[in-house]
Amino acid sequence: MEPNWALAKKRPALEKRARIVHAIRAFFMAGDFLEVETPHRLPGNAPELHIDAVACGDGFLHTSPELCMKRLLAAGYPRLFQICRCWRQGERGARHLPEYTMLEWYRSGCNYRALMDDCETLFAALCPERQLAEIDLTPPWERLTVAEAFARYGSLSLKEALATERFDEIIALEIEPRLGQERPTFLLDYPATHAALARRKPDNPQVAERFELYVRGLELANAFSELTDPDEQRRRFEQEEAERRRLGKAPYPTPEKFLRELATLSDAAGIALGVDRLVMLLTSAQTIDEVVAFTPEEL
Amino acid sequence: MYTCADLKKGLKLMIDGEPYVITQFDFTKPGKGQALYKCKMRNMITGNIYDRTYRSGESFEPAALEDRDMQYLYQDDSGYVFMDTKNYEQVSLSEETLGDDHYFLKDNMEVKILLFNGRGIGITLPNFVNLRVTHADPWVKGDTAAGNNKPATVESGYNLAVPSFVETDDLIQIDTRTGEYVTRVKE
Repeated sequence: MEPNWALAKKRPALEKRARIVHAIRAFFMAGDFLEVETPHRLPGNAPELHIDAVACGDGFLHTSPELCMKRLLAAGYPRLFQICRCWRQGERGARHLPEYTMLEWYRSGCNYRALMDDCETLFAALCPERQLAEIDLTPPWERLTVAEAFARYGSLSLKEALATERFDEIIALEIEPRLGQERPTFLLDYPATHAALARRKPDNPQVAERFELYVRGLELANAFSELTDPDEQRRRFEQEEAERRRLGKAPYPTPEKFLRELATLSDAAGIALGVDRLVMLLTSAQTIDEVVAFTPEEL
Repeated sequence: MYTCADLKKGLKLMIDGEPYVITQFDFTKPGKGQALYKCKMRNMITGNIYDRTYRSGESFEPAALEDRDMQYLYQDDSGYVFMDTKNYEQVSLSEETLGDDHYFLKDNMEVKILLFNGRGIGITLPNFVNLRVTHADPWVKGDTAAGNNKPATVESGYNLAVPSFVETDDLIQIDTRTGEYVTRVKE
């Protein structure tokens, strides 16, 4: 019998992937970030209406390490990062795997703008030639607000899209494909209703300090200035959890320790970046399948 | 009934009384937003292609199709001819209906023919077929890396990527669902 060809032919991609992951680690360690590992199985995740966790024993696999990362941040660790597997039920497509690799990093004493700068310098470390096919990576990258993006690329204004509940659809089908085509785009300042753990802008409480990074139409990262008000965070969790339960989703216990310790967190910002997608981008892969050894269908 | 979670390439649905097959499928989800299911679908009667995007919560009616065991006989002006070996009834499918599947047909092959109101509108092949390589570039000495590949052509005219060690006249197994090389076949 000959070796499995489907696995064997992925070797060049897997070698590149390993080098990229090593370079990410080296970048954050050089920047004095502490690498941590937090449990993959939790009693519950931060409630999000459109993210479903995989049940595991008497808890759930994490959909992001954010709750534990923020507790460490609140305990006084100034700079943290983690590269870990995350699980999200039912997410499978050319850019989605139900089990995938996430890079998260957090900084205290700053807001989401500092994370945009981090993205630019991380890419400079991963791609020193500053050019990715037709995309110019030289900073500063494009900074486009959600309202501007709707005005420029959408068939509806942001206000109309929110009123008709077509926000996600217009973002996914009309706006995303146009972003980050000449240089990377930070899509920023989301409606406060679309950012469950993000801080509102001090001068405009309708808008949350959240951004997403897009390169060549691919959503790479989601970031925000962390909400540090435990009461407001509790209210938002309760709203989101009530909506989840209304839709018949498995209930999460309220993360009491997280809410309690949030009171000791001052200004901070955190970001989650999809490592598989970053590898797709840096290796010009067309699908996420090309950059992982095993897809769920191959098991 | 199907839900959005059932949608995938190859699924057959009934829409307004006509059968459709999903020819391309992608799941997409913006940021922390709602999941969207993007489908390209072909009307199995007219061949027309449509793009449709569905949101979670929608449901779909399975296509009412008959799947009958048949045998491939030959190709003529009317297309590719198949016979029901129980009642000797014959149906013919055009090359357009078969798509790339026509490359994987072999004489007397047992297949399933999809019928809608007695008319042949689709085929399900065996998952694997063995075909002989009629052209492959010579094996470059020293090229032993397991992941390397090169183009090759098989007896039906189909082109695909194969590992570097595959040579002209080798018999190879192809997965008819993906059209990809699986392994060499020992004779």
